[in-house]
Amino acid sequence: MNYIEPHIHMVCRTTDEYKQLAQTGCVAVGEPAFWAGYDRCSVEGFRDYFEQLTVSEPARAAKYGLKHYTWICINPKEAQNLEFAREVMQLIPEYLQRPNVLGIGEIGLNRNTKNELRIFEEHLDIAIQYHQLILIHTPHLEDKLKGTKLILDALRNRPEISPDRVLVDHCEEHTLPLVKEAGYWAGLTLYPTSKLSPKRAADMLEVYGTDRIWANSAADWGESNPLSLTLLGCELRSRGISAEVVEKLLLQNPAHFMSQSPHFIGI
Amino acid sequence: MSRSKEAVLDADFASARASILEVAAFIDRVERGEGKADYRYEAIKKILPLLLTEGSNHARDILETLSYTDEEVPETVKTKAASGAPR
Repeated sequence: MNYIEPHIHMVCRTTDEYKQLAQTGCVAVGEPAFWAGYDRCSVEGFRDYFEQLTVSEPARAAKYGLKHYTWICINPKEAQNLEFAREVMQLIPEYLQRPNVLGIGEIGLNRNTKNELRIFEEHLDIAIQYHQLILIHTPHLEDKLKGTKLILDALRNRPEISPDRVLVDHCEEHTLPLVKEAGYWAGLTLYPTSKLSPKRAADMLEVYGTDRIWANSAADWGESNPLSLTLLGCELRSRGISAEVVEKLLLQNPAHFMSQSPHFIGI
Repeated sequence: MSRSKEAVLDADFASARASILEVAAFIDRVERGEGKADYRYEAIKKILPLLLTEGSNHARDILETLSYTDEEVPETVKTKAASGAPR
């Protein structure tokens, strides 16, 4: 089974894991900019990170025949300091020109504050100005429902953004219907404890189908599994779902969404 | 594609049984603990009865019960991490 892992934080993962991804059929990875587990103390710290995302990681991936794509932003966890966030955002247009950058992401909310919302809206402005795809992080746990609603409200106020070009990630049973109904692409994240298991994700796919949905591991520096899409593929096949449907979900859907960027060069 | 109830039970009964025993053992562990349990334990006790309701939206109902439903949007916050239950 070939697949794309469209949301994974490879800066946190080992080279062995690039190899394991390739050995299990992964042909490309997508790596949104995110919180490193600590707050960076300077704009230049973000420049270093964006260089890693656009230079170092594509080189590591290429060693195993994997294409590496990325998304650029300042994440919501570091958006409470507006002045600092805005300084970092001034770097974004320069990096949007890099050949593996697909768009703005993963932007969104974390604790659902006004400061996070302001920076989210300003990222949307950049996406509109530079005609970029948008990848959205929805908050964790008890904040997810409220944050997803706030995000969808903000998007509704931007009619110039086509829902076709926005993916709202980390959906669960209580938020997937909201995102689907609003017409956006939705992401299901297989992450231990705090997000979905392969069985829960498979349940949601049985109920809602696979249209305009991608699945991902969001594997990062926390306890997480970069190969979890293979577990989802096995779960779906064990339920009698056809190989064609599994391939649509794990390969064609992410390729479809990502191919709206001219930087996506196919699978 | 819809499977029979028997097929679902064949596939997942053992793991569901084990998961519920983990919850039971967790409750026992908290009860044996010293001091007073906080809002998170109250949240667990609030969602357990939802498992016995009719229908096929138990996961969604539990997630909604474990979610903030107010409309307040604070200017900023000091903590980055969510805990899993509203305070």
